[in-house]
Amino acid sequence: MTVHQLRPRTPAESALFALAPAAPAAVHAQAALDALHREGLPNRRVEAWHYTDLRQLIARATSGAVEAGQADDVLAPLLAGSLVVELGAGTAPSGADRDGLSLAHTGDSADWRTSPNHLDRPVDTVRLLNAAFGATAVRVSVEAGTELPPIELRAQGAAAGAHGFAICDVAAGAKAVIVERLSANAGGAPFSTGVSNLDIGDGAEVLWIVDQTKSAGDTHLGQLNVRIGADARFKLFVLNAGGALVRYEVHSVTVGEGADIAIRGVNLLRDKQHVDVTTTLVHAVPHTTATEVFRNVVTGGTGVFQGMIKVAPGAQKTDAKMACNSLLLSDEGEFLAKPELEIFADDVQCGHGATAGEINEDHLFYLMSRGIPEASARALLVKAFVAEVVEELEHEAAVEALEARIDAWLELSA
Amino acid sequence: MLEIKNLHARVAETGTEILRGIDLKVEAGEVAAIMGPNGSGKSTLSYILAGREDYEVTQGDILFNGESILEMDPAERAASGVFLAFQYPLEIPGVATMTFLKTAVNAQRKARGESELTTPDFLRRVKTSAADLKIDMDMLKRPLNVGFSGGEKKRAEILQMALLQPSLCVMDETDSGLDIDALKIVSDGVNALRGPDRAFLVITHYQRLLDHIVPDTVHVLYKGRIIRSGDKSLALTLENEGYAQIIGEAA
Repeated sequence: MTVHQLRPRTPAESALFALAPAAPAAVHAQAALDALHREGLPNRRVEAWHYTDLRQLIARATSGAVEAGQADDVLAPLLAGSLVVELGAGTAPSGADRDGLSLAHTGDSADWRTSPNHLDRPVDTVRLLNAAFGATAVRVSVEAGTELPPIELRAQGAAAGAHGFAICDVAAGAKAVIVERLSANAGGAPFSTGVSNLDIGDGAEVLWIVDQTKSAGDTHLGQLNVRIGADARFKLFVLNAGGALVRYEVHSVTVGEGADIAIRGVNLLRDKQHVDVTTTLVHAVPHTTATEVFRNVVTGGTGVFQGMIKVAPGAQKTDAKMACNSLLLSDEGEFLAKPELEIFADDVQCGHGATAGEINEDHLFYLMSRGIPEASARALLVKAFVAEVVEELEHEAAVEALEARIDAWLELSA
Repeated sequence: MLEIKNLHARVAETGTEILRGIDLKVEAGEVAAIMGPNGSGKSTLSYILAGREDYEVTQGDILFNGESILEMDPAERAASGVFLAFQYPLEIPGVATMTFLKTAVNAQRKARGESELTTPDFLRRVKTSAADLKIDMDMLKRPLNVGFSGGEKKRAEILQMALLQPSLCVMDETDSGLDIDALKIVSDGVNALRGPDRAFLVITHYQRLLDHIVPDTVHVLYKGRIIRSGDKSLALTLENEGYAQIIGEAA
């Protein structure tokens, strides 16, 4: 007979689990909660969480303050004209009745929360927490060949909506822009999670924008799982400009030749923030490409980038590159970059680079020699550092909106 | 306008002394050429005038319109009317040239208590100056100096000078990397800015530039000191005889 020894929980873990719905309606939620009780949260000895010791850091999740304001405060969407979908609303928004789009709030996704998902990834901590805390799921389906105005997914406000689960199917040849809006908690919960499962059909194009401007005390754990079909394009932009403890995971698998991934991101860190971006790009078939560039501006706190590129046996002609560049503006902050390549094919091009530096003094002198005062010159250079990756988006409205977000942050912080 | 008095300076990091007692006066309306062999301190002098922090002034003073500028930072010096045309203009990715120009022009106006230029007014000035210098407006949409050829960078420097209207223009080997046509365009741009209220300090290795920008005075810098001053004929003498003769006489 095997005796299963339960590890004692830390006070922070206990406090967090106590926040979960006591008697979850859904079977999978109870199972997830049981699993969390049994296994606890990962600590630094778990490789995937080495730089983000959740067992310690999760204390922030229960100490965050609820921001003043109403959960239903009207928030302008990041991109004008977006169809706004509240993940916790339980009903489809008005205006969702469009040709080529189907939108359903559904409970039928239980198995994807707690069992291997469409990428065949086994259940993990973020998904368990999302399942234990979460309510209904939203399924967004874009029919083949259609092109829709942007869709903004919001998981905020009331506690029920703070743990969104979205299934997005973008069928062959369709084009979609999806904004995942993670804004200040405004009367809602300071702890949130979000899981999105995205399926991009052959020849389809998706631009996914993560717009994270959480309150200073908020904790958010997010995960985006993406399956990319033949000749499909997946463009992702991640902006992290808030939160106390934030982890955003991206897991992708290319399943058709000609699939292309372009990931760009900007992480802005200050005070004692802890922001972690973890990506795993699996190239499962030949002839797929990926580029990934993160730019980080750090005035305080700890930033983490874990970038894994996996090339499966036989996935020849994979071309995948990633870069993580950090601008350290103070001794108070740090950025930890861990790029990894795992290659099981012999005819591929893969590379990675990580840099960390300060403002280039030659550039600063040049700008100042033209009469631009030091503070403005520094701000201009910091903005230039991140603007480079934003401008690669090739979506004018998105570039403008994201630059406005970045400007607002720089004005307060840099 | 500019008075350099017994200026001694060294590299801040290493302590290496570069300037060893420069005395030089440049009057309003004057074009003064500084010539000298490699390593004589010409570029250092230009950087120190612009206020670069890598150098430390250990003795002497720099008076601009009668006041010492040593305590002013580069931006303050620029706003007061000092302009350095760089030998190697910096490439700054992510900063659009137009944004940079407008920020600089308005920062200087603000520092002088003038109102900022409106966008149409600013654009009109840029277009006029750019046309004179044969600069394509499309070039100005690109990030600052990024991907510009050597000649384009130098023309962009003169464009900045034309827009900022400084009263002291320090030109550090503006002729380097220019072909004959570009040299002509750049020189014409400089000559158009000559006037009774503006002085130029033209640093160069070669007489060639001085055929186009004819100086009023020529000064030879060697080992951190001015060892000979004269009129434009001094540059011709140097061109014919090299520096060795003059250096020998000064030693």
